[in-house]
Amino acid sequence: MSGLIQRESRENALPETANRPALSVQGLSTSFTKQGRDLKAVNNVSFDLAPGEILGLVGESGSGKSITLRSLIGIVRPQGRIDGSVLWKGRNLVTMNEPQLRKIRGREIAMIFQEPMSSLNPLLTIGLQITENLKAHTSLGRQERQKRAIELLDLVGIPAAASRLDDYPHQFSGGMRQRVMIAIALASNPELLLADEPTTALDVTIQDQILRLIMDLRTELNMAVILVTHDLGVVAQSCDRVAVMYAGRIIESGSVGTILKAPQHPYTLGLLQSVPQDQPPRTPLFSIDGTPPALDDMPTGCAFAPRCQQAQGTCLESAPDFSLVGSGHAAACHILETARPSLGENK
Amino acid sequence: MSSISYLFSRLLQIVPTFLLVMIFIFLLVRLLPGDPAIAMADAKATEAQLEQIRHNLGLDQPMPIQFAKFVGNVLTGDLGNSILQKAPVLAVIQDRLPVTLFLAGYSMALAILFSVPLAFVAALYRDRLPDLLIRSIFQISLSMPVFYIGLILLSILAARLKWLPVGGYGETWAEHFSHLLLPALTIAFYSSAIILRNLRTSVIEVLDAEYIQFARAKGLPQRLVLFRHVFRNALISTVTLLGLSIGNLMSGTLVTETVFAVPGLGRLMLDAIFARDYPLIQGLTLTFAVLVSLVFLATDMFQSWLDPRLRKS
Repeated sequence: MSGLIQRESRENALPETANRPALSVQGLSTSFTKQGRDLKAVNNVSFDLAPGEILGLVGESGSGKSITLRSLIGIVRPQGRIDGSVLWKGRNLVTMNEPQLRKIRGREIAMIFQEPMSSLNPLLTIGLQITENLKAHTSLGRQERQKRAIELLDLVGIPAAASRLDDYPHQFSGGMRQRVMIAIALASNPELLLADEPTTALDVTIQDQILRLIMDLRTELNMAVILVTHDLGVVAQSCDRVAVMYAGRIIESGSVGTILKAPQHPYTLGLLQSVPQDQPPRTPLFSIDGTPPALDDMPTGCAFAPRCQQAQGTCLESAPDFSLVGSGHAAACHILETARPSLGENK
Repeated sequence: MSSISYLFSRLLQIVPTFLLVMIFIFLLVRLLPGDPAIAMADAKATEAQLEQIRHNLGLDQPMPIQFAKFVGNVLTGDLGNSILQKAPVLAVIQDRLPVTLFLAGYSMALAILFSVPLAFVAALYRDRLPDLLIRSIFQISLSMPVFYIGLILLSILAARLKWLPVGGYGETWAEHFSHLLLPALTIAFYSSAIILRNLRTSVIEVLDAEYIQFARAKGLPQRLVLFRHVFRNALISTVTLLGLSIGNLMSGTLVTETVFAVPGLGRLMLDAIFARDYPLIQGLTLTFAVLVSLVFLATDMFQSWLDPRLRKS
């Protein structure tokens, strides 16, 4: 992972203001009611996404990344309450009803899931699972749908695609199933792909192939991507911008180059330090002590304060604002100044 | 091709089952207390006459020979003569079989008609009013004996309101439907409770599955998600249960047919047992075994049709 920091070209290639955002998320919150209490799994999340841009959404398990993604298109289960606005090409998805949303899901905004083993219906052929998407969103005839399905399987690199339409998911390996899932997601040329940890369940070699595939498709189709991951290596390899989530909030966001080179939030710094870099063998890896707070036991102040080595009095009392700390770079931390040591010194 | 070879291998598995069933009923009948010869003869019969009857029935021969003869006869369709009906057992059974098959099919159809939609409603409204209502109604039927529900229906709908006939089978198809409605309802009420509980749970389970979220993320129409994706997957575990409950239903007909005076196999079995009509008991037991095996076979075939993972390549 030595290339982690060498991403400056990307940063310059896609300045944040280059395009009008395709997706603009403002104050998105998703809460669940449990035993009469309101639990916020996603708390006041805001970000913009330009056409063709890849945004990495990073954080530990349980930080709300997946729920954020699912909230965008309203497929949270168990059903929670979603507040705020998700402006997609000027329309607010949060206030849309199901039939309207169904026209956007799968057609303009597609999603792929983390577990290729459990995300395909085991009882239906791959061919049917692709063509039913085409049937719902295009006016293609039966023959054309069949043809398009073969094209799609070809596109995602499934060998002998034509002969595999009648196969069932259990006849494919994990990596191949993830490709099938991508093929299904791409069926009606979506403009935004929501990828929920698409490589987590896969071997490292397959991971790389899938990421490259997503990046290639982004270039070919000018498709925007939100890539949820807990792997900063994946972010460095494939994203333009990154947003770091902790306990349901975005605590830092900026271009990949900035975040990897000069993280402002102690949590981001901790995450970066936990990534093994050119260390000699058998050196213990850095890890952040403690665990993220439970949803029903949120600290009053900064949610990270209990684990933060630099926490001060104010950190425990009030939650920090999310504020701009540089060009296109924002963070939510009371002690930004002291949290500034560069990666090199900390190693 | 593979489904035909699967069918064949499943049929082969039935053979040992039948052999066991035959040994079992052969022994069971001979171990039962009471002498069929005495049952057949009139009260004034002499010992010599009883001996003659035993000889005619083959009861004086050694057990292994009796068994070999029994198996040979069964395989050639000769189930002996009914003592009670004074006619060949096979003919007696053939006469009554349609009634029981009609009743079983009728009640299963009703059970599926009740339980499947209600299970869906209950699962979709999980823990809300419709769910609680549906579950408590069927909880009642689970906690009451089948014949008791039958008696209640009978006394209200047939005896008091006179909407339906009290019993029997009728002559025409229309009459079959009206005469068997109450017994079918009785069985269906009980069976649906079991199916409903199971199907509700599996629908809830499937609704939470990732592939359903994926199907929703594809923007598929609601009915497609529910029928193609949720229903089929939820059905897999319920089909097994359905097979078992049809199996149960066979013995359930014994009670229900008696309560409603339906001239089917269950009623016949009861009469045969009271009359110690051994050949008839054997024939009926065998018939029930064949029916249940066929139901299980059909269940397995249906399941392998539903679930491609069960099909051997």
